Amino acid sequence: MKLTLHIWRQKDAQDKGGMVRYEVDGVSEHSSFLEMLDVLNDGLIEKGQDPVAFDSDCREGICGMCSLVINGRPHGPWTATTVCQLHMRAYRDGDTIYIEPWRAKSFPVLKDLIVDRSSFDRIQQAGGYVSVNTGNAVDANCLPIGKPAADQAFDAAHCIGCGACVAACKNASAMLFVSAKVGQFAVLPQGQTERKERVLSMVEQMDKEGFGNCTNQYECEAACPKEISADFMRMMNLDYFKSSATTS
Amino acid sequence: MSGLTRCLGSSIGRKGLMGITGILLSLFLIAHLIGNLLVFAGQDAVNHYAHALKANAALLWFMRGGLFLVFATHVYLALSLTAENRRARPVKYVQEHTQVASLASRTMVLTGLLVLAYLIFHLLHLTKGVIGHEAWSSKLPDGSQDVYTMVVLGFKSPILSGVYLVSMALLYLHLSHGLKSFWQSLGWNHPVYRPLFEKIGTGLAAILVIGFASIPLTILLGVIQLPGGGN
Amino acid sequence: MTLDSKVPSGPLADKWDKHRFDLKLVNPANKRKFRVLIVGSGLAGASAAASLAELGYDVDCFCYQDSPRRAHSIAAQGGINASKNYQNDGDSDFRLFYDTIKGGDFRSREANVYRLAQVSTHIIDQCVAQGVPFAREYGGTLANRSFGGVLVSRTFYARGATGQQLLLGAYGALNRQIHAGKVTMHNRCEMLDLVLVDGHARGIITRDMVTGKIERWAGDAVVLGTGGYGNIFFLSTNAVGCNVTASFRAYKRGAYMANPCFTQIHPTCIPVAGEHQSKLTLMSESLRNDGRIWVPKKKKDTRPAPSIPEDERDYYLERIYPTFGNLVPRDIASRAAKNVCDDGYGIGMSGLGVYLDFADAIQRLGRDVISQRYGNLFDMYERITGEDPYKVPMRIYPASHYTMGGLWVDYNLMSNIPGLHVIGEANFSDHGANRLGASALMQGLADGYFVLPYTIGNYFATEHQEQVTTDHPAFGEVEAEVKGQIDRLLAVKGKRTPASFHKELGKLMWDHCGMSRNAKGLEQVLQRIPELRQEFWENVSVTGAGMELNQCLERAGRVADFLEFGEVMAHDALGRGESCGAHLREEYVSEDGEAKRDDDNYCYVAAWEYQGDGKEPALHKEELVFENVELTTRSYK
Repeated sequence: MKLTLHIWRQKDAQDKGGMVRYEVDGVSEHSSFLEMLDVLNDGLIEKGQDPVAFDSDCREGICGMCSLVINGRPHGPWTATTVCQLHMRAYRDGDTIYIEPWRAKSFPVLKDLIVDRSSFDRIQQAGGYVSVNTGNAVDANCLPIGKPAADQAFDAAHCIGCGACVAACKNASAMLFVSAKVGQFAVLPQGQTERKERVLSMVEQMDKEGFGNCTNQYECEAACPKEISADFMRMMNLDYFKSSATTS
Repeated sequence: MSGLTRCLGSSIGRKGLMGITGILLSLFLIAHLIGNLLVFAGQDAVNHYAHALKANAALLWFMRGGLFLVFATHVYLALSLTAENRRARPVKYVQEHTQVASLASRTMVLTGLLVLAYLIFHLLHLTKGVIGHEAWSSKLPDGSQDVYTMVVLGFKSPILSGVYLVSMALLYLHLSHGLKSFWQSLGWNHPVYRPLFEKIGTGLAAILVIGFASIPLTILLGVIQLPGGGN
Repeated sequence: MTLDSKVPSGPLADKWDKHRFDLKLVNPANKRKFRVLIVGSGLAGASAAASLAELGYDVDCFCYQDSPRRAHSIAAQGGINASKNYQNDGDSDFRLFYDTIKGGDFRSREANVYRLAQVSTHIIDQCVAQGVPFAREYGGTLANRSFGGVLVSRTFYARGATGQQLLLGAYGALNRQIHAGKVTMHNRCEMLDLVLVDGHARGIITRDMVTGKIERWAGDAVVLGTGGYGNIFFLSTNAVGCNVTASFRAYKRGAYMANPCFTQIHPTCIPVAGEHQSKLTLMSESLRNDGRIWVPKKKKDTRPAPSIPEDERDYYLERIYPTFGNLVPRDIASRAAKNVCDDGYGIGMSGLGVYLDFADAIQRLGRDVISQRYGNLFDMYERITGEDPYKVPMRIYPASHYTMGGLWVDYNLMSNIPGLHVIGEANFSDHGANRLGASALMQGLADGYFVLPYTIGNYFATEHQEQVTTDHPAFGEVEAEVKGQIDRLLAVKGKRTPASFHKELGKLMWDHCGMSRNAKGLEQVLQRIPELRQEFWENVSVTGAGMELNQCLERAGRVADFLEFGEVMAHDALGRGESCGAHLREEYVSEDGEAKRDDDNYCYVAAWEYQGDGKEPALHKEELVFENVELTTRSYK
């Protein structure tokens, strides 16, 4: 099939950038979206032109590296799917597709469609873990955890840290991402010791990074490729109030 | 830093405060509506209620002060949070797409500001009498203000009633998001009952607004008439 | 140079304990004086970085992704083995050891594998303590499932995302140390060379992938946890960024490359769908627990799968291997699939595919149970192929997945270059000629959490080195070489994309050095690669500049290294005149088509030493000694 692409091109972080139009032909419906871009790039490289820079790594929906906003939707039109798993079956011959980077002050564009998500790392560093040194653990079955709690923890922990929640949010809020990590440990016994400190410092770091504020519109939940529930944000809100009230 | 100041400085704390002030304002609206609905009980009921309120000046001004504080907080937080939200996305998408966010949720600041403008208008109209001074000056035989006549006379004007009805529609939009949003902001939502809680929120918003709108509407339609049935 | 494996003496089960006592310790107050450079942030790299920092060492960690959380360990689906014997089904350290040695077709070191089995249980404890949400029974205890090549249920899992959960556990531990200031993380930073001072690994040269800046880093030891080289085949289940560069540059600086021809081809991947395909997607081996593999009994049968009656289906794994059935090890399952397809029974458009059918399991257990176990995999399959595996059987075909070979290391996980340690998939140590399912995660974490933190201390305590800064002339020399290579790449200004060379190399390697090999094909590879390399250096198109974010340049550099590394692989495959594990030489098969191992002549680790560009590498042998297991012919029948 033949497609018209409008792609955000920006030479580096300082460049102003703008949309550039490309035509691609002979796209197979079996290709993934990123393979379609690979073909575009091969053509550009053969002509000695700078290919479109975009992030991707595992290309199987788990590393969280890929990050394109397609026609206004982070990760494109399929629900619960990252861009790398989006296939060209989703499009028809003659379609026009707009491709933009994640847009947020806390995710500055580095080049073209690549953004810097180190703000997410810094939030995790602020407390997204259980402080246990290697070698300190007791036998794993000494700590029975009911299946529902384990399942709920997994649901939260499945977050791939791609940032689609921020990209989708009208306010570029990182609440869903942060609440997923806070929520994972909030439902597990291992997370209780540092529960208060964790939510307070992770939220503090989130605010410091300049993300927007949640307005409960749940665009994040709808865009999340791993279908993280907005209920984790509700849990984090409550956790945050309780922790604030009981921490000096 | 104490827990409270930290909390009130944070995004979550300020959102929580938005929720609490929103609830308080909604409670005021409920009380206000109950008072207003006395119009349907007739001239005496309304005037009795109005005079009772004014008789207790200390309480009235205490309530007004509290209300103002709550309202100002709500507006201030809304504006500052929105400004932050704008800053959080300095470059807009060329192609905007919305999946689930309701129109109401996306226009909160707009509807909020319009409701604020309406509120000023409302105060100038029915509290201060700057607008519609003639109706506002209606007096009872004992010389006190005839609130019932003031209201009915005022809403006989299609323009004034129209302003009120449009404002109520805006208020509905604002409340329909606000009243389902606070459950989440305050952490009172529930994964299973979230739809129910949200329905309760929108339901309450609808009841409030229909209640308020019923007064100008019924006056316009002539269901409620001036004392003695005169036009 | 003789290869000293440094395996401790004494009974197998006591070796590690004894060795840990014998290892010299570093004074706790002195640990902060040692700087460790860790390249890679996957299970091995992240766990090592966190554990070493906890001990007090200063750590710099490097990864090419934008966050350490994205290392490709994250994609492991199925699970992690541990000899907990929670299922009371007769598991033990020795059984895990034996299964792994046998699964590897007796081409790994006994002592290493036994240690792996011993520490496996601690890994589960550690991960649970970190809050890794493993699957649980309703009673709250940990759940297990079984995997290929074993008859006990010892695999711990977290739905279909075990690698993700384990990596995020290690990432958390790493984050804690970053927060504490003990680890400095360098994201989007690619190692391009190793710096030796007085024969010891003392630093690395990296390229900042955002600014293009070439930087020098000095330390007291270098640890490579840079994963495998499965992307040599272009199409593989690896991430598109996975590469051999760090390992290969270490090889060119003198580290030995061991058993590079031992590459695992995973049996259950989604078949290739088109010429522009950039990667292959794995469907977890755990699917073979409930799925049945079959092909039609009629050649080139084009009927849709559900309409082929039961008696016209050949459940070939169940037929040939009645004991293990669909749960034979990966090399066996892959080869069997290749054989039936080569014989013309393959399904799908290309004829390169077999069915993995869940109809029986869905009927027996119900759709809900199957969905609970494999729901995310089924969804993934449907997204990629557009077919619903609840209704029609999955189509699968083998794909390059893991590399058992890697840099040679001794029992202390140190290469023949003093100070250069290699952990996880990047080393060759534990899986022999074939890796069993759910063992890669185990090895990565064993190395990082429980082996390297002990052994690296011994190196610091016994081989005291002078302080070295990046001003040392050795850094300048290596940096100049790195910059020279980048300039050369940019100067070619040819017509072909780096990817097109990669694709051509990949096909060459897949055809002749993939699932089955023969001398003729390998000689062809050795002849063709230099030609391809020459064309690369004359006609590659690398756009842009060096001092900027330049993905084309990154790719070109990696392909350039693959183009040299392929030869080492082919030499190794050619030199190993036997079939063992994943390495099948067509000249050495039994009458029923099974691999014919030659213990008399090839019971060794082949460690290759770089001799200079264009020269054949030199072979060093580490003889493998088996004192505790008998070398038998692997039989899964």
